[in-house]
Amino acid sequence: MDLDFSTAENTFRAEARAWLSAHVPTSRLPSLETAEGFAAHREWERTLFADQWSVVSWPEEYGGRGASLLQWLIFEEEYYAADAPGRVSQNGINLLAPTLFEHGTPEQRARVLPPMASGDVIWAQAWSEPEAGSDLARLRSTAEHTEGGWRLSGQKTWSSRAAFADRAFGLFRSDPAADKPHRGLTYVMFPLDAPGVTVRPIGRLDGKPAFAELFLDDVFVPDEDVIGEPGEGWRVAMSTAGSERGLTLRSPGRFTAAAERLARLWRDEADPADTALRDRVADAVIGARAYELFAYASVSRIAAGESIGAESSLNKVFWSELDIALHETALDLLGPYGELADDAADAPAHGGWAEGYTFSLAGPIYAGTNEIQRDIIAERLLGLPKGRR
Amino acid sequence: MRFLLDTEQRAFAKTLDGMLGSSDTPGTIRSWAAGDAGPGRTLWSRLAEAGVFGLAVPERHEGLGPLPVELSVAFTELGRHAVPGPLVETVAAAALLGRLGDRASAETWLPRIATGAALVSLCAPDTGSPYALDADAADAVFVVEDDTVWRAAGCGPLQRSSDPARRLSRPTGATVLVEGPTVRAATAYATDVAALTTAAQALGLGRALLDHTVAYAAQRTQFKVAIGSFQAVKHRLADVLLALEFAQPLVHSAALALASDAPSARRECAAAKVAAGEAAYAASRTALQVHGALGYTEELDLSLWIRKARALRDAWGTPAACRSLVLAP
Repeated sequence: MDLDFSTAENTFRAEARAWLSAHVPTSRLPSLETAEGFAAHREWERTLFADQWSVVSWPEEYGGRGASLLQWLIFEEEYYAADAPGRVSQNGINLLAPTLFEHGTPEQRARVLPPMASGDVIWAQAWSEPEAGSDLARLRSTAEHTEGGWRLSGQKTWSSRAAFADRAFGLFRSDPAADKPHRGLTYVMFPLDAPGVTVRPIGRLDGKPAFAELFLDDVFVPDEDVIGEPGEGWRVAMSTAGSERGLTLRSPGRFTAAAERLARLWRDEADPADTALRDRVADAVIGARAYELFAYASVSRIAAGESIGAESSLNKVFWSELDIALHETALDLLGPYGELADDAADAPAHGGWAEGYTFSLAGPIYAGTNEIQRDIIAERLLGLPKGRR
Repeated sequence: MRFLLDTEQRAFAKTLDGMLGSSDTPGTIRSWAAGDAGPGRTLWSRLAEAGVFGLAVPERHEGLGPLPVELSVAFTELGRHAVPGPLVETVAAAALLGRLGDRASAETWLPRIATGAALVSLCAPDTGSPYALDADAADAVFVVEDDTVWRAAGCGPLQRSSDPARRLSRPTGATVLVEGPTVRAATAYATDVAALTTAAQALGLGRALLDHTVAYAAQRTQFKVAIGSFQAVKHRLADVLLALEFAQPLVHSAALALASDAPSARRECAAAKVAAGEAAYAASRTALQVHGALGYTEELDLSLWIRKARALRDAWGTPAACRSLVLAP
């Protein structure tokens, strides 16, 4: 057992650090949840891609570097330590790409992955529906088979960044007569500008058009845009859900960097007599370190040939609650300035915590609510009996 | 980097777990609480034979160590079985004497600690508690204060602890062993070892509390179904697992930091202590709630685990003190 990095890993870290310090924009980009910010972040994706930093863990043929999981963690640490912009391509990179690597055809990978890596095609996820949030078995939007493809109809909602994205992926009910509600679902990719698609942006809690609802009226998609076998969408999606909750959605670098900023803020601004606040800062620092070390342990286990299954639910609950604690503590440290929105004239001096706070509030809701995750932890990891929710 | 226990370390944990599992530790704990140290000393000898105390003693003093990673592995198992006695104090004293050498009569005590012949207590009032643990049963009681190490001549009247298996008293009539600036560094190291091993013990204690409670929730029925099928019960138990799972790597990493004398060792031991102490305490609260009134009696062995959790949370660095250390520049 050790925490020492190899020479190769240290070299990789130094290379990433040098590149980031030369390329990270010196001034903060506008929020990626606005049209202007989305465009600026797309440009940043292209900059990353040009030097093969946009998807370091992917094989080189798709624009990556074939980096190991540990190298990916190192890159993420450096990325957040450098205060680099948020990733507008994350839905595609973290959710769709792992699915394609596991269930896609070589043709799909060759067609979809490179433009995703370059930021030329930015993806939104279209899973949730008005009547189905964490309970995906209740999805009602349909996919009807037709000559050479499928016709999609129905409504999707809370689709992150769909207001500006190019394409979306989601689950559709292709066999309404299937014996169980999670059977008969098909995993489909579709363009957001296709005839029959209406995108209506929905303002998020902070008013930014970060969500959208999608209305699909007889939208045609060819057979080659179905991932995995038709009717097997649930199984295909579950592997994506594992990625979403597990390591790859929220790498520790994000939290260790935020915890460091928080500790700095505490040293600079806090009343040392306020021990209650001090304890919360310490807990956030401890939590971020615990999350980082837990990731190292997971990566070590994967490298040793083990697989991480229901344990991704532990990650999801932990990071989502840590994220809120970090941001709430920062806002409390800022006192009256904590109320300021990021675009308020006085806000930048205090570190831009507001948007991060709003985003953190969504953590326990998306990627399967924390209530669902706790059920999974109790039933699959502790072996407790299933029961009424 | 491979941040996992190796095969040997895991086998060591399994051996200790098996040995302690067949040792009637509840009986030993109850005897210890009643003032009969006999069964506890017998168990102590078996632990020494398995190599536990040698891990804290340098090789030149007939030990195997110091090996903080293996110590944390061992103390997790000692905690899992709620073994009584000045376990942490003995290994912390070994760490102190090992650093101070012969001026602190290391050559007298360290070989005896390694073989299990000596139970030793250690009191460091500067870290918070004026009491020595189990001084009445110990063969020697060391006290560190400022830059002085004393050996106590005796101990004052026993002060009852909320955990009856922890016997507290004030050391009395001290003889100075060592004085000087080297004492501070050695004391800092020894208290880090104490924080680490207490954290590991808490982690094991929490795991045992969770295991017992999950088993109970799966078989106890109310309203015609197992209470473990209720979402409110499930979510409390899930939270306990979360706290323990994320405390564990902090304990491992603190052990590695101590093993390599890293500058971050103090902060890492404090972080591990906060996380493991709070996790074990949360496990005890949940264990009590899920067991209901049955858990609220000292007849159930579970009470021996429940009552230790709060004491371990506060021993060798209260959560507030440890949180200050985590943020220290």
